[in-house]
Order: sequence, then C-alpha cells, then structure tokens
Amino acid sequence: EKFLMEPDVFPAQIREITLGATRAEGGTRGSTITVGGSTSIPFTHPQSPPPHPPVISLDVFDTRVPMPKALKNHLTEVIDDPAAWAKMNVEQFGADMVTVHLLSTDPLIQNKSPKEASKTVEEVLQAVDVPLIIGGCGDPKKDAETFTEIAAMAEGERLLLNSVTSDMADAKTLEPVCKAADTHGHCLLGFTGLDLNSAKELNRRIYQYFPPERLLMDLTTVALGYGLEYSFSIHERARMAALMGDPELQHPTISACTNAWSAREAWMDLGPAFGRNDLRGPLWETIGGITLLLAGVDLFLMMHPLAVSTLRDVAGKLMH
Amino acid sequence: MKEEHKKSIREISPIDVYKLLPRTNCAECGEANCMAFATKVVNGEAFIEGCPPVLTKNYEKDLLKLQELLAPPVRVIHFGTGNNQLKIGGKHVLYRHEFTYQNPPPIAIDISDDMENEQIAIRIKKVQDFSYTYIGRPLSLDALAVRSVTQNPYRYTEVIQHICELCNLPLILCSTDPNIIKAGLSACAERKPLIFAITKENWKEMGELVLDTGCPVVVSAPGDLSLLRTLVRTLQEWGIVDMVLDPGTFHSDQIGQTIHLFTALRKAAVKNFDSLSGYPILGTPISVWNGPELSDDLNHWQEAYLTSMLITRYADLLIMHSIEGWALLPQLIWRFGIYTDPRKPVSVDAGVRTFGNPDKTSPVLITSNYALTFFTVESDIKAAKIDCYLIVIDTGGLSVEAAVAGRYLTAAKIAESLKEWKADTLVSHKNLIIPGLAARLSGETEEETGWRVLVGPRDSSGIGQMIRECWPPADE
Ligand code: B12
Ligand code: SF4
Repeated sequence: EKFLMEPDVFPAQIREITLGATRAEGGTRGSTITVGGSTSIPFTHPQSPPPHPPVISLDVFDTRVPMPKALKNHLTEVIDDPAAWAKMNVEQFGADMVTVHLLSTDPLIQNKSPKEASKTVEEVLQAVDVPLIIGGCGDPKKDAETFTEIAAMAEGERLLLNSVTSDMADAKTLEPVCKAADTHGHCLLGFTGLDLNSAKELNRRIYQYFPPERLLMDLTTVALGYGLEYSFSIHERARMAALMGDPELQHPTISACTNAWSAREAWMDLGPAFGRNDLRGPLWETIGGITLLLAGVDLFLMMHPLAVSTLRDVAGKLMH
Repeated sequence: MKEEHKKSIREISPIDVYKLLPRTNCAECGEANCMAFATKVVNGEAFIEGCPPVLTKNYEKDLLKLQELLAPPVRVIHFGTGNNQLKIGGKHVLYRHEFTYQNPPPIAIDISDDMENEQIAIRIKKVQDFSYTYIGRPLSLDALAVRSVTQNPYRYTEVIQHICELCNLPLILCSTDPNIIKAGLSACAERKPLIFAITKENWKEMGELVLDTGCPVVVSAPGDLSLLRTLVRTLQEWGIVDMVLDPGTFHSDQIGQTIHLFTALRKAAVKNFDSLSGYPILGTPISVWNGPELSDDLNHWQEAYLTSMLITRYADLLIMHSIEGWALLPQLIWRFGIYTDPRKPVSVDAGVRTFGNPDKTSPVLITSNYALTFFTVESDIKAAKIDCYLIVIDTGGLSVEAAVAGRYLTAAKIAESLKEWKADTLVSHKNLIIPGLAARLSGETEEETGWRVLVGPRDSSGIGQMIRECWPPADE
C-alpha cells in the first residue's frame, strides 16, 4: 500500500525582501539578509522547504526597561551602551540582525529628540555590520518624526522600520514616514493586532506611498498562555490566504517572541514543583517562537540566548 | 490514494443534518427547533446524541446516516475504562481556524519495569499530583506508559499488578514482544489498556492478542508510511478496528522528518479521506532519551520543545519521560490553548464576586468576563487580601482593552451591569473603580451611572496598593 504525497502547489508566493545593504548596494553592511519567497506552507513536505532559513534578530534597548532577571543576567556590562550591546548580540550570540528599540523617545518617558535617537542608531551601525531593525516607542506622531530623521541619516542602509500602524494613518503621519522610508531606500513593517482585515487595510494605505516589495507584516505575537493560539491561527490564515493569491497578505511576517516574557508563568516563581525558573522562562520564549515558525513566520525578534540557539538549531533541522 | 469523496465537516450544511432529524421541532434538545439544533451540530457546538428522539428505534436508519455523515475522517479511539477512559483522535481538519480541534492529546508518562517498586510508587504519585490551575481549569497528566526493559514477562506482570493496586490511570503497554504484552494483559486486560505496538515482525501473534482481548493497538512503522498503510490494511481485513498510528518520532537532526511524517499522515486522512491513514497518531517525544548521552537538563529541554511541536502538528496522544514541572507546564498550557474554540474566547459568567468580607463601605470594582482577565484580577485581589465586590461584565469574553476598543465595554454597558447586579444594594456609597485600560470611559460612565469613577491601575497587580492608598476616597 504505497503512501504517495505530493507537495501542495499554490498559485502565489510570498514576496522576497532583502534587508540591509552592502557598500556595493549603497549601504555599509557586511552582508544582507533575505526573507520571504515562500511558495508553500513551511515544513509540510521535504520537497518544499522555505527558500530562506528563518532569521533571528536580537533586541537592544536605548533605555533601561523592566526585564525579568533571566533576561538581564548576561547584560549587566552592556545595558547602558546600545552599541556594545549590539556587538555582543552579534559576536557572542550570533544574531543575524539587531533591533534597536528607541524607547527613550517616548514622550511619556524621556522624550529624547529624533536627533538623539538617530545618533544612537549611527553608533550601532558603526559597531556592527549586520542589517538593523529600528523600533520606535509606539507614539504615532513621535515615531514618524524619529523614523523620518533616521531614514535620512542612514540613507541606503535598507533598515527595517518597526513599525507603521493605523494609528499613524489616523494621526496623518503615515504618508510622510512612508515617503521618507521610500526616498531613502528602507523597508517598513506594518503592525496590526491579530486581525487580517486591519492588516489588509493598513497595507492598502501603505501601498499609496510605498512599494509593496519592501513591506513586511507584524500580525502580533501573544505570549503562550495569554493567547498564543490567536497568533498561531492568524499566521496560518494569513499565509494560506497569501499563497492562494491574496496580494495584500503576500508579505514576509515577523514575530516578537520576546512577548513570551509578559506571561507571568514565564518568570514568576511558581514553587518547587515548577522550578528551574532559569529554564522555564527561556523555554516559554522558545516554544512561542517554534510554534510560529511552524505557522510560517519568517523573522523572529528574540532575547534569551538559549531560546535563540534552540530556535536556530530547530529551524536548521527543519530545513532539510 | 484519493478515496471516494466524503463531505468534510466544512462542506456539511445545516440542511444536510436537518433532513435526517425527526423534524418535529419538539425542543427536547434544548433548541427552539430542529434547524437550530442542526446548525449547532455542524458548528461542533452540539452532538447528535443531544436529540433524544433520533436515538429511538423509529429513527435508527437516520441515526446511522447522521453518524456516517458526521464521522470525523480520523477515527475516535478509546482506552482505559470508566471515569478514566481517554478519547483520542476524532479530528476533522488540518487547520485550527477551519474547525475547532477536538480531543486534546493525553500525555502519558513512562514507567519502566526495571524500576524498584518504591520508585514506581513515587513516580505514580508525581503523575497523579501534577496539577496547575490555569484560568480556573486544572491542567494535569493523563496516563502511564509501562515499558518492558528487563524483557522478563514475570517482572512485567508484577509491575502492572503493582501499578493497578496504586492507581486507576489508563495504561499503555509498551513492548514489541507478544509474550511480554500477554503477561501484562494477564494483569490488566479488563482495564482496556492500549497496546504498543504491532509491527511488521510481530503482527500475527500480537494481532491474535488484540483480537482476543479487544484492546486498541498502536501500529508502528517508524519512518515508513507505506509499510504503515500495508499493516493497517492487513489488520483491517483481519477485523481489527481500534488502531493508533506510530509513524516514528525522530529527534535531533531528524526533527524535520518527524514533522513531515505527522503532517503527511494527517493530510492524507482529512484531505484525501484515506481510510488507511484515518487513525489517531501517537507521538513519542520520550525518544530523545535514546539519543546521544546528553545532560539530563538538555534531554528535558529537547523533549519539551519536541512535545510542543507535536501538539501543534497533529499528535493525538503523547508519551513523555520528563515529569519536570518547568518542562511540562508549557505543554499543558499550549495543549489547552490550541484546542480552544477559535471563534470564541474562554470566558466566565458575568455577575458579582465577593472577596473577603465586604460591607456597605467596601470598594466596588469592575472587570471583563474574559477568563484570562478575570482569573488574573481574582488572583491579584486575593493576594492583596482586600474586602471588595468585583462586578464581572459580559464583554463577550474580550479582555478589557480589546473590549473597550471593540465597543463591547462602554459606559452604557457598565450602567446596565450596575443595574442588573444591583450594585446600589451592595454598598451605601457610589464610587466605582474601573480598570486603568478603560480610563477613557470614565467621563461618560459618570454621566450614565451617576456613580463617581475612580480610575484604577492599568495592571491589576496594583489594585492592592491603590485601595490601601485611595480608599475610602475623600469627598470632593
Ligand atoms: C488577544 C487580543 C485580542 C483577541 C481577543 C482576546 C480576548 N479574549 O480579549 C482578539 C484577536 C479577538 C482581539 C480582538 C480585537 N482587538 Co485585541 N488584543 C489582544 C492582545 C494581544 C492581548 C489582550 C489580552 O489578552 N490581554 C490580557 C488581559 C488579561 O488584559 P486585560 O483584560 O486588559 O486585564 C488587565 C488590565 O486591564 C487590568 N485589569 C483588568 N481588570 C481590571 C479591573 C480593575 C479594577 C483594575 C484596576 C485593573 C484591571 O489587569 C489585567 C492584568 O494586567 C492586545 C494587545 C496586548 N498585548 O495587550 C490586543 C489589543 C487589546 N486589541 C486591540 C484591538 C484594537 C482589538 C480590536 C478592536 C480590533 C482587532 N484587532 O480586531 C478587536 C476587538 C474585538 C472585536 N472583535 O471587535 C488593541 C486595543 C487598542 C486600544 N488601546 O484601543 C490592542 C491593545 C492591540 C493593539 N495595540 O492594537 N484582540
Ligand atoms: S430534540 Fe431532536 S427532534 Fe426535537 S427539536 Fe431537537 S433536534 Fe428536533
């Protein structure tokens, strides 16, 4: 009784996007990263592996943020120095990319100016030669100013700006950010909260000012125990719809798996029966990441070294 | 391999079901009429057995047709008996968003017969005591997988007897030697254990045992789905119906193969309706312990993430070795999550909850009826040891922030709830504490309710501090 199973064939494919640019391409990166390009649901058939291995970007913050001990332990030396932190992410933990979170720009925190934020990014660009992701503070007006400033400063670097939102559309700052990112040759990440209609709508708005060929999507990652299943199903639905031909969803996706740490179970002391807090937390981040890897996510924003090495290891083994 | 096309659950319309129901609209099922019941059935919210008339002799034929129409492409298999019976399989779809996944995979923990009896007792106790309360539900382990390591049938019988004296957990008997399985069955056949496994080598003798005892059996052909199908066909023809499939759980470098095998089998069953693939799948993440000698921590770690991958990708039953809480907790929580109904959040009943011994001067707080929200708030209030009333508002199971954004939690809704739950009879003041994330409703709420609104912290862990500092509120 022969078992025959052909790989599924889909009519469409996910856009392929290159992040970062080398000197020859107008930037200063040592190498570039390509994501997307999938033609099928990943890891369902040995003959249809994703065209590119999943990418891992490690976080750097420009401000002290409350963090569980398990995450802070190895960071004491670099916590106040984004450039050194970035360097450690790359050299010690093999980050494919680095995300610089410019939380200091938050009007409710330090309200640092776009110029100051831009300076931080410049330092990180000099410290490491991997492609960068630039994270804002979540304020639609301030992020637009910050991103615009940085887009011009880092002309040609093909940064990924994280993120543009429908809040920006409401605050009328979407157009200028998109145009700045386009003019200076960067990529954008559109962020929406677990809703494909909102994601499509935001994308349509972005297309008015920005080429779809450089747009990625963040559909929201919820922590295990706090609704990871919402994220899982949204990503499965998005990928299926995209491969079936919906052009508004044919963008590579990213997951902020560090959200795992918002679950109390990831860091709280639950007594001896659930002990080894030093392993439970990283396992929380790992499982969130692997689950969304199976659902098709292309790029992962991570923090814990053990989660990073496991995700990379598993992804590599799933590829063949 | 494509067989005659049966309708998938997604293609069955309420009419298809309605046509086979008694159509008397007697409402015994609790629905207004047969059509309403049929709609619930195709949505997986009701089962055909919920219609008493159709179970009577008069409708015998229709019932059979209904059962055939609604039969999941992955058969349901039971093992264990009575209250401890486990139900596995019964899957309809590949993707969770197509139809709620049915029957979460039980997790069996292994016991080997080379362990001392005392050690076995300790391990069983650990399995039985393992429990974590997650959003109000106890999460626990489900079964024992008894492995023959000594290869001694007498010892195996002894161990099974010992286990049966200690607990009622459903059992999986693990050995490919029919003599061992026979020895094990002599001590527990009436408990309907699952036999693991029939293989290419032992199928004749093991098949006899299965036919004699009527126990379900795992058909094992690691890495070879063609062989697996051949074995299933042979056993089917022999009259064996209760089967579970073991396509092999490979680890380390071969994790990809494992995911491909599980996916291929499930796809063959639910997309191609291949009846030889339409059985529950057994995952054995315990296999990592046979790998290269690594540290125990590393083995627990590998087993943990492999298990979660198999929960995601189609395992209907799992055998694990680790009973470390940190390794198991995420499995139990993920299993719970991925098996919830994707169309509606897990919620709790609306209403008033009291904490401690509140009186007429105690604080009144509101929250949403999303289970995660409610239990978080509940545990924070309990930890803060305050006396208060908490009014749980029906937000359609949405969290506070999502409910405010989606307009399921509005000033009007708050006013309605205060009325419904007679807040004015609970206390003699008119001060209402709302979640920080609902702050933008405060003005309107004051207008709609006539109560003064105090905006609480954004995270309920701050409730204790707020009450200590701001209660009773100063008059304006
Ligand atoms: C999972 C999720 C969903 C799930 C629903 C899950 C559910 N059952 O609620 C789904 C996908 C269905 C969903 C839908 C929507 N969502 Co939504 N969702 C989330 C997400 C990721 C997590 C929410 C959650 O579970 N929080 C955990 C619970 C426990 O929090 P909580 O209920 O607020 O309770 C806490 C506090 O409020 C406080 N608290 C609670 N009660 C009380 C009581 C008192 C007295 C006090 C003092 C404190 C207190 O303590 C609790 C513990 O910290 C958030 C983003 C995020 N990461 O927070 C977005 C988010 C809430 N969603 C958002 C939106 C906009 C929506 C939608 C309107 C649009 C959409 N995306 O489709 C819809 C609304 C529903 C609808 N259909 O119309 C926005 C809200 C933006 C805003 N502030 O206005 C968010 C913030 C995402 C974003 N940034 O865009 N969502
Ligand atoms: S119990 Fe059966 S016959 Fe009566 S209304 Fe319900 S579905 Fe119809």
